[in-house]
Amino acid sequence: MFLKNYILEIWNAVKSLLKGMKLTGYYFTHHKEIITQNYPEVKQQLPERFRGEVVLIHDENNEHACTGCTACELACPNGTIKIITKFDVSPEGKKKKALDTFVYHLELCTMCNLCIEACPTSAIKMAQNFEHSVFNRNDLTKKLNKPGSKIREGVE
Amino acid sequence: MYRTTDILTNTPNASLSEAGYMVINVGPQHPATHGVLHLVITLSGETIINVEPHLGYIHRSIEKMCESLTYRQFIYTTSRMDYLSSHINNHCCALSVEKGLQIEIPDRAKYIRIILDELTRLASHQLWWGAMAMDIGAITPFFYAFREREMINDIMEETCGARLTMNYMVPGGVMFDLHPNFQKKVKEFIAFFKSKINEYDEILTGNIIFQNRMKGVGIISKEDAISYGCTGPTARGSGVSCDVRKLYPYEIYNRIEFDEIINNGCDSFARYEVRMQEMKQSLKIIEQLIDNIPEGDFQAKTKTVLKLPKGEFYTRVETARGEFGVYIVSEGGTTPYRIKFRSPGFSNLSALNHMAKGNKIGDLVAIMGSIDLVIPDIDR
Ligand code: SF4
Ligand code: SF4
Repeated sequence: MFLKNYILEIWNAVKSLLKGMKLTGYYFTHHKEIITQNYPEVKQQLPERFRGEVVLIHDENNEHACTGCTACELACPNGTIKIITKFDVSPEGKKKKALDTFVYHLELCTMCNLCIEACPTSAIKMAQNFEHSVFNRNDLTKKLNKPGSKIREGVE
Repeated sequence: MYRTTDILTNTPNASLSEAGYMVINVGPQHPATHGVLHLVITLSGETIINVEPHLGYIHRSIEKMCESLTYRQFIYTTSRMDYLSSHINNHCCALSVEKGLQIEIPDRAKYIRIILDELTRLASHQLWWGAMAMDIGAITPFFYAFREREMINDIMEETCGARLTMNYMVPGGVMFDLHPNFQKKVKEFIAFFKSKINEYDEILTGNIIFQNRMKGVGIISKEDAISYGCTGPTARGSGVSCDVRKLYPYEIYNRIEFDEIINNGCDSFARYEVRMQEMKQSLKIIEQLIDNIPEGDFQAKTKTVLKLPKGEFYTRVETARGEFGVYIVSEGGTTPYRIKFRSPGFSNLSALNHMAKGNKIGDLVAIMGSIDLVIPDIDR
């Protein structure tokens, strides 16, 4: 009786191991479905909501919609954004606040999306670029408004 | 900071070290400890006499940081605590702020929140399953687990914009509406995962080596689990009924049909079984909701600047690891006066010494795996 149980136990143990090996063997011989990607050669299309970095949207006339209201700067939890404003003088001689430099510290950004939610004119958005590695840390501090860009007509 | 001499004097019966006891340090950079956890272990031969966790290697003072952040901003920090349950942590913070503001959120947002919570729980349990097997020495399950987890991450990426630290739950609802593909993809995932979950049992649960290493190891009784404050699958594996979703239902959990999984085994294997069954329950919950998401707003109207009335607000939710609580003390301003997070990992870790005592050192990692520790959650 004791011997029978002993052998049975060994048999069950071996069976349980074989069962697992069978599954591994199945996948070993059926590797049609490739689940990895050839990353640097083949780049995957990332979904549009993917948060890679914050960008200021410019249209073809090099115009953006940022009024320099600093709502995004206030919404940001870790001081990633710094809005530097200037005063534009219109032809009628009226002074108007406008964006001078949109400073964005990529190294601080946590991709929380709060700035985009806060912007009243939807001037900024999240871009899909995720390859941010650079050799110099200072390169991560970016100026988002392109040189010579100005605010689009009619955006208040 | 402490010096080498402190380690010796900190352990009980320091004089015994001369009588053949040995003190060794595991971690903080030991890969088997799942992160920067430092364990000081006293051994007699191979038998564990005492385990003393030393924390603080990944302390970021999140609670203090939150005091200077507004009620919209502080939520993102909780994604960095228990990063495998980030949705559920964010959810608890949002609930707490909503409790203070006394706003009712739209039904659609509630459904979205619950579905995403359960998907997060599934992803977390899958990762745990893979990591647990790897702790024991089986590498293959890790890849199988990640194959399924990848589908959830893709769903998250599409709807929330991030794979791990989502920050998708905001006070008043959720940040964006669901992606048009969401329902289709979730259904695909459920069908796929249902066909694969049996493989989990086939390759690991029945395996004799695995069973021998899990059964009768890391025992903690029901009374001890309660007195150490264990929650989640760690406590439910010892027969404690503590599922916040069942006992103190939040959102729409009271309208959903699911079972609280309780196992009276009290050992590592019982905790393993609880999590395996919980995965099936999560699937059941998602299946009930996915076709019935009501139309409507996904966010309630809230003011731009949130101000909580003077008072104290506490909410709790069930994360993949146990009960997570957010306690806000408000002085009426735009930032909290004090925030305290009750993290499940901390109390579960405190029971480690009790579980590991008397076992062999080789079992320590298996026991830690069965508690499912996430160190940033413990340290904050
Ligand atoms: S995504 Fe978040 S951290 Fe980054 S700039 Fe916007 S608000 Fe700041
Ligand atoms: S990006 Fe938007 S929120 Fe930020 S300063 Fe410009 S207009 Fe204001």
